[in-house]
Amino acid sequence: MPLDPSIKSVLVIGSGPIVIGQACEFDYSGTQACRVLRAEGIRVILINSNPATIMTDPEFADATFIEPITPEIIEKIIVQEKPDAVLATLGGQTALNAAIALFERGTLSKYGTRLIGADVEAIHRGENRELFREIVEKVGGESAKSRICHTMEQIIAAVAELNYPVVVRPSFTMGGLGSGIAFDEPELRQIAGAGLRHSPTSEVLLEESIIGWKEYELEVMRDHKDNVVIVCSIENLDPMGVHTGDSITVAPAMTLTDLEYQKLRDLSIEIIREVGVETGGCNIQYAVNPANGRIIVIEMNPRVSRSSALASKATGFPIAKIATKLAIGYTLDEIQNDITKVTPASFEPTLDYVVVKVPRFAFEKFADADPRLTTTMKSVGEAMAIGRSFSEALMKALRSLERKEAIFSWPAVSNVELKDLISAMKTPTEYRLQQVQKAMWAGATIEEIHAATKIDPWYLHQIKLINEQARLIAQPGEFTERLLRKAKNDGFSDAQIGSLRNTSEEEIRSLRHRLSVRPVYKTVDTCAAEFEAFTPYFYSSYEEENEVGLRTNPAVIILGSGPNRIGQGIEFDYSCVHASFALRDAGYDTIMINCNPETVSTDYDTSSRLYFEPLTLEDVLEVIHAETQAGPVLGVITQLGGQTPLGLAAALKANGVTILGTSPEAINLAEERGAFGKVLQEQSLKAPQFGMASTQLEAQSIAQNIGYPVLVRPSFVLGGRGMEIVYDDDSLAGFITRATQITPDHPVLVDRFLDNAIEIDVDALYDGNELFLGGIMEHIEEAGVHSGDSACVLPSLTITSDQRKEIRVATEKIASGVGVRGLINIQFAIEHKVLYVLEANPRASRTVPFVSKATGVALAKAAAMISVGKSISQLRSLGMLPTKGDGETHGISVKEAVLPWNRFRRTDGRGVDAVLGPEMRSTGEVMGIAPTFGESYAKSQIASFGPLPKSGTVFISLADKDKASGIEPSKGFAALGFRILATDGTAQYLRTRGLTPTTVRKNSEGTGPLGEKTIVEMMNNGEIDLVINTPVGRGTREDGWAIRTAAIQRSIPCITTIAGFSAAVQGIRFLQGSTLSIKSLQKWLA
Amino acid sequence: MTNAYLVFDDGRIFEGQSWAATGKTFGEAVFQTGMTGYQETLTDPSYRKQIVIMTAPHIGNTGVNKEDNESEKIWVAGFVVRNPSSLSSNWRSYQSLESELIEQEVIGIQGVDTRAITRHIRDRGAMRVGIFSDLNLSREEMVVEVRKIPAMAGSNLVEDVSTKKSYIVEPIGAKRFVIAALDLGIKKATPKALAERGVQVHVLPFNSTVEQILSIKPDGVFLSNGPGDPSTMGDVVETVRALLLEEIPIFGICFGHQILGRALGFETYKLAFGHRGINQPVMDKVSGKVEITAHNHGFAVQAPIDMEFSTVYGRGEVTHFCLNDGVVEGLALLERPAFSVQYHPEAAAGPHDAAYLFDRFVELMMKSKQVIA
Repeated sequence: MPLDPSIKSVLVIGSGPIVIGQACEFDYSGTQACRVLRAEGIRVILINSNPATIMTDPEFADATFIEPITPEIIEKIIVQEKPDAVLATLGGQTALNAAIALFERGTLSKYGTRLIGADVEAIHRGENRELFREIVEKVGGESAKSRICHTMEQIIAAVAELNYPVVVRPSFTMGGLGSGIAFDEPELRQIAGAGLRHSPTSEVLLEESIIGWKEYELEVMRDHKDNVVIVCSIENLDPMGVHTGDSITVAPAMTLTDLEYQKLRDLSIEIIREVGVETGGCNIQYAVNPANGRIIVIEMNPRVSRSSALASKATGFPIAKIATKLAIGYTLDEIQNDITKVTPASFEPTLDYVVVKVPRFAFEKFADADPRLTTTMKSVGEAMAIGRSFSEALMKALRSLERKEAIFSWPAVSNVELKDLISAMKTPTEYRLQQVQKAMWAGATIEEIHAATKIDPWYLHQIKLINEQARLIAQPGEFTERLLRKAKNDGFSDAQIGSLRNTSEEEIRSLRHRLSVRPVYKTVDTCAAEFEAFTPYFYSSYEEENEVGLRTNPAVIILGSGPNRIGQGIEFDYSCVHASFALRDAGYDTIMINCNPETVSTDYDTSSRLYFEPLTLEDVLEVIHAETQAGPVLGVITQLGGQTPLGLAAALKANGVTILGTSPEAINLAEERGAFGKVLQEQSLKAPQFGMASTQLEAQSIAQNIGYPVLVRPSFVLGGRGMEIVYDDDSLAGFITRATQITPDHPVLVDRFLDNAIEIDVDALYDGNELFLGGIMEHIEEAGVHSGDSACVLPSLTITSDQRKEIRVATEKIASGVGVRGLINIQFAIEHKVLYVLEANPRASRTVPFVSKATGVALAKAAAMISVGKSISQLRSLGMLPTKGDGETHGISVKEAVLPWNRFRRTDGRGVDAVLGPEMRSTGEVMGIAPTFGESYAKSQIASFGPLPKSGTVFISLADKDKASGIEPSKGFAALGFRILATDGTAQYLRTRGLTPTTVRKNSEGTGPLGEKTIVEMMNNGEIDLVINTPVGRGTREDGWAIRTAAIQRSIPCITTIAGFSAAVQGIRFLQGSTLSIKSLQKWLA
Repeated sequence: MTNAYLVFDDGRIFEGQSWAATGKTFGEAVFQTGMTGYQETLTDPSYRKQIVIMTAPHIGNTGVNKEDNESEKIWVAGFVVRNPSSLSSNWRSYQSLESELIEQEVIGIQGVDTRAITRHIRDRGAMRVGIFSDLNLSREEMVVEVRKIPAMAGSNLVEDVSTKKSYIVEPIGAKRFVIAALDLGIKKATPKALAERGVQVHVLPFNSTVEQILSIKPDGVFLSNGPGDPSTMGDVVETVRALLLEEIPIFGICFGHQILGRALGFETYKLAFGHRGINQPVMDKVSGKVEITAHNHGFAVQAPIDMEFSTVYGRGEVTHFCLNDGVVEGLALLERPAFSVQYHPEAAAGPHDAAYLFDRFVELMMKSKQVIA
């Protein structure tokens, strides 16, 4: 049956902010859903609190609600918009949970709206472990032996039957949150205790351990006529025990015979039928015992998942798009395969290449976090690579991570080191595969490594072959074309070959080009070339035949931002996608290069051509070469994908590539401190006093000269990596030792730290002549908190119109002084009415999507047009920019950062400290938009952390420096009727100002003689509704840490800055007086 | 490892390295798109006189085991892979694929751009091809040799692969039916699938006479898959026509389907490059559902898809067709108990979506028995 005529409008639920386990893959899937629905003439209503998504661009829906994804808000939207149906299977666990809540509240039946894609019963059968286990049994499958537990007593009793090690899995959490493997009782108590708390149903599953088994995932799709296809099989290189999101994964499965694969396939089909996923996609995970093939069904996700995005990119089969079509009535055979045009979607993609996905971690951001990989997902992003062999794909994937440590190298390894490597690899950590490779290079056998890691011998053999190839490359004597070709065939980069041959990457490249050893580009076509492909989705390989077709239209190459990481995430992909859309609309061919499978930019529908390639100089130069052979290339845009492409700009230019927009020289002018200082000087702009030190002694003398506290950091970094505020010589010395290890080639910057300043972020466009100011955002947290982690408000609420003018003038001066052609982001600080320039980034910033949403001006699109020579005045007349003036806000918009504290634990199992600082740690962001600050702040908090309490008990503990400024908000809470608790020092201070707090014992004071509870005990008892705890400097005290970690684990809102404290008063005041309003972005911008 | 060449009759040559046995070998070039199941492919008699190009780049990862062979030997004329694995990783594996190929003197080639080869076949259609390794021949000499071999169209290969003596595959559990399976190149998975349904399978040589077939008092007759051009099978077609008159339930697959088609009076024709893979979508016209199926056919039956047809055995219809290209994939008579599919319900390698067809055969035999009773 084709389109269901009863569906005229659909509410799509998005996935909210980017968090670990739920990232921009759901923007990819949601964007596809919106596109499909609109193309069918269906009215699309969308809710998503994440402004950095393409799906929330006003043109992707008829009514876009950037609102917190709560049942209350969704109900309001349903009342107002009256959708015929709700589609919740493309927005991750967040959307699915929201849909279940709507069902349980009776909202859906009350307003006659039906859930499409999956029904609540099916979701329950898929996600409830006991029901799912029954289904597995019914279809003749096997589950791991397990027990469902709701209390610690049940847990301890169950483990007596199951034995250690035992796997703990909380129900209804995403990305394996709260799950882990316990080897003894203390570990069990800790992991399972947290699991009980994280699970919305206080339910955990204890399970027999199948650690070390082979792990597989199958992506399955079903339509309402019961046609079922397997889109992709994915094999985890890391055996059972490491969360699949943290594993290196390979598609298709490499080490199964057909007999075994078909067993998994049959089970998958039976399971999706029995669970009753009526239409759409799901993924099912399996463990296979390598000794006898015994299959255990692990779990299923009855929705589009992270793996679905990976499978879509890996196969060219767009799962989300097809799931949406199935949800509105189509069957698989009625849907055309976009790539072949002639064959239907009711088939199973077959691959003639190998796909490898590698995770990207951020442990360096959480120094005390446990680096062991377990069943709780910890990675923040991933890179995918495609090759015509496993080794080619693996080597490309590893260099896509942009981490030196990830790339295989071949140093001499001593026997002692070898022993250490073998013992280290027994515990999975970020660089285990590199340990494996080095150990094998040093002579370890496949058997030894298999015994230590349980990694399938086939993969180990592949690593061995790579090492053997390295040995051949390193042999003295002539480097023949045959050997070079073989090395490239195995995925070796020019840099790797160079280092093995004791020469430079450039030497190898020029030799390679002289010998005409260049990659060809093959097409991802879903069918292993059985049918002609019409979608130019390419990957490189050192093979014979090139499939890149000729072009006549001028093309612009856009470099993406690579794997998501803290500091460089979806916001940059957003800008790249915008550039591609704008340039395609303007008649150019756009060519996207990126290696992040989660993104919209790597959707083959986004650009005219897509190259799934690492963002290294070598790989990018080869694509440029191939495209230059294919037709006219105008140049490359490097300013939109964040630091990754920006870092390539100079080298690309040196290789004769045209950089569009801001030149590499201008980039250097802004990024190189000395040069930038001169620009400021010439323009008579102030910067905080600073110095550049290349030795520790020098740093100390600069710091003493400027006066502590100072902000220290290495140059050329993104996301504040390695940035710290230090208060004395000792901590400075400590920092220098660590920081200089991070980037040995770059000096350390020492800045005066503006203690009580307001920080301002500006995004602007400059065309060499005219400035367009996108927006002036004011940080809510004070200076010292990284801009990426700070909440901010647009328009700025405290600065005067004179200051606004001053900021505009300064922005224009910097843009022109640096020579920007396109976007620039500047951070200012205002202290004692003096404007300081903190830094300027001549590129798209993290806030571009937020500003674009708040003002209705697509800054990145305009920047792309400026890159190809359009002026701001032309863009004004084209309607891409307002006809006159700067970006204007509609309502008050607040951006709030989302932090991953609950994902990380120390090795002792306790939480990591949840303090904001100059180093960025947030993974994502939300936006609240409303007529007043109080309401928009409240929305931002609800969307990022959960509801703010309207009444109850607030606990306040202020550092000495914050006590004075904490009085006003404390009074505010008293006036709102909150009971105030405080630790002794804070309580005494508050009393001197007329407040009447109750004193509560610190954690370190222990329980009192009469059983008086400590604050942590009260929090654990659920007696505290809100925590205000401002930390003292860095190096947090034990008490503060105990309070903040307890808050995170108990999901109690915890505010760590005075500014946040004040904002909370306004937010709660609003919530007490009224309910949250809703308004679509389209109406805001109208 | 020495240089090896894959030489097409149109003069295109791909250079790679020798693998498995060396020397020279010839056949029809066909590509196989399955990502699993190389062992089943190699031992499928339908690949007689064909050089198989695997589109999946890594082949041999799981080695070779004792259970997954589809016949007693490897039948492919040559094997073309990109990256053969020298290490076998599977608990059932007893030796590496290369060792197995060398033991059975199967010539291979590795390190060639298999995707380019596949595109070449797709664009030019089926061609003759040769693998040359370890030989001192000029390019011209190789092409000349390839052009000497006969084309697949018009080839009668069934005699090469069919059993010389009949044998019996016993049912698993109680014996419910007895059938005669005409071995045109039968795969082991077929009698096994029938045996699992309580069928005793008498596998008979392809040239068995009607009398020989009837002598076992079969409840049904099965026409197996097999290699070559169905138009060369005049005698077998006549046998099937005689069986149709007997009203014995008949089930044919692949080559057997083409034989039934010819027996009904349809022509068979050679496809440009055939269907060989385990991901082919087939529409069941009766249920309106799609099956993902295993295919291995270079020929097809020419029959009207959109309407019933009439034959000397009564009315009939096309029951299945391929969604990729509209090729006829299933036939059934409406007034007599005979049906066939162009694909492989026994899978091996491939998905099990079409296994219900064996049940359908069993039902047909059941009904037929009831009628007689």
